[in-house]
Amino acid sequence: MSDIDNIPAILERMAREIVSQIELTGRSNPAMIGIHSGGVWVAARLHELLDISSPAGSLDISFYRDDFTRIGMNPVVRPSQLPFNIDDRHIILVDDVLHTGRTIRAAMNELFDYGRPASILLATLVERDGRELPIQANVVGSHVRLSPRQHIKLLGPDTLKLEIKQIP
Amino acid sequence: MNNSRQIDRHGKLRHFLSIEGLNRKLLTDILDAAESFSGVTEQSVKKVPLLRGKTIVNLFFEASTRTRTTFELAAKRLSADILNINITQSSTVKGETLLDTLRNLEAMHVDMFVVRHADSGAAHFIANHVAPHVSVINAGDGRHAHPTQALLDMFTIRRVKGPDFGRLRVAIVGDIMHSRVARSQIHALNLLNTGEIRVVAPKTLTPAHTESLGVHVFHELSKGIEGADVIIMLRLQRERMQGALLPSEHEYYELFGVTKEKLRAAQPDVTIMHPGPINRGVEMDSDVADGPHSVILAQVTHGIAVRMAVMSMAMHRKEPATE
Repeated sequence: MSDIDNIPAILERMAREIVSQIELTGRSNPAMIGIHSGGVWVAARLHELLDISSPAGSLDISFYRDDFTRIGMNPVVRPSQLPFNIDDRHIILVDDVLHTGRTIRAAMNELFDYGRPASILLATLVERDGRELPIQANVVGSHVRLSPRQHIKLLGPDTLKLEIKQIP
Repeated sequence: MNNSRQIDRHGKLRHFLSIEGLNRKLLTDILDAAESFSGVTEQSVKKVPLLRGKTIVNLFFEASTRTRTTFELAAKRLSADILNINITQSSTVKGETLLDTLRNLEAMHVDMFVVRHADSGAAHFIANHVAPHVSVINAGDGRHAHPTQALLDMFTIRRVKGPDFGRLRVAIVGDIMHSRVARSQIHALNLLNTGEIRVVAPKTLTPAHTESLGVHVFHELSKGIEGADVIIMLRLQRERMQGALLPSEHEYYELFGVTKEKLRAAQPDVTIMHPGPINRGVEMDSDVADGPHSVILAQVTHGIAVRMAVMSMAMHRKEPATE
């Protein structure tokens, strides 16, 4: 049922869906932000397909993770780059895989430390089951049904490819 | 002093007591983490929630404004709660008294101590006696070490000169004898494979066996800073001077004070550093301290990011220390 091998087609569908949602809600002049690292790659491609004036931003949510005290810190955290003021801006937040929802929670917490956006629209390349928080995407590229013992990962950045692995 | 105590069996920071005992990878990891944290000041809310709900105590047995405030700001930018306790006593704090203080603070469910003490080894002593879940950060102990200062100096050099320390000639100028900063700096510069490390000081302020640390010793300023890419000045520690180690501050300035003219011996793009506070007109002229080569205020800014990195890396879930 999934077409995860044809990522360009998924991205085009997502771009059309985003445009129609923006038109529907009348939320003009949105800005796009990708979540490091896969979300940044997806955002870069969507940004090309859409007519968005500001350059795409990137968010590294490591300092906002809820499992820091359990797993410790990855020293190489790329600084988040938001090359625009997010106050009163409509934001399109982009990630590669929506799974537990914890990454999105962390990303929204971080965004609010930069300012108060007018709205956030969530777009993810893949949505899978396993949500642990009440978070839903507004635009989903592909719904993938996976068992809890399966892991899906986006490989990139030059050629985007989705890889499904069994967790031993 | 047993420095292995600061690393757990997974190679992660458990305490942060000295540069000795770190490896190059861990040192570079701390600098990289500090680089990440320096972006936090660009947020409109200058905070990240990493250490939310943790309690940190600044335990200062010796006066210090800059170090204490940068540790305090670092803790606050990590969302930790921080308590400042100044215990200044003229006599050496006895072991038992110190332990009593520690036990009392631990009973308040503290997660980390940042310790500054006039006795060498004080932070190690405390690290040996705290409860297993508590981390200790050395904010300067006697003449032994001031590792976070050395880290922020390395961070500053890396920012200005790039990551390849192999091509750098670094001169440390001043009171090496009383300087815990110099000792930590030399260890850190060695770990980063610095091309040449020089120590420039009057004979009376140069400890015996300084050369065994892998440095070249000079007693004349003009020769010592010749061709230097980085000059790190040390503060003349008036409060630590005992006996006639120096004829006068004026004579020190004449011989070792850095002026614009003397600076011509160094590289044209030389970087001037100083841990502060500066004795203007003693270690250097205001022309130099406030001049285009000086990164002294950037060092202060970097101190916050470096301390955020050390605190957050030492605060992960605790594993037993290696013995």
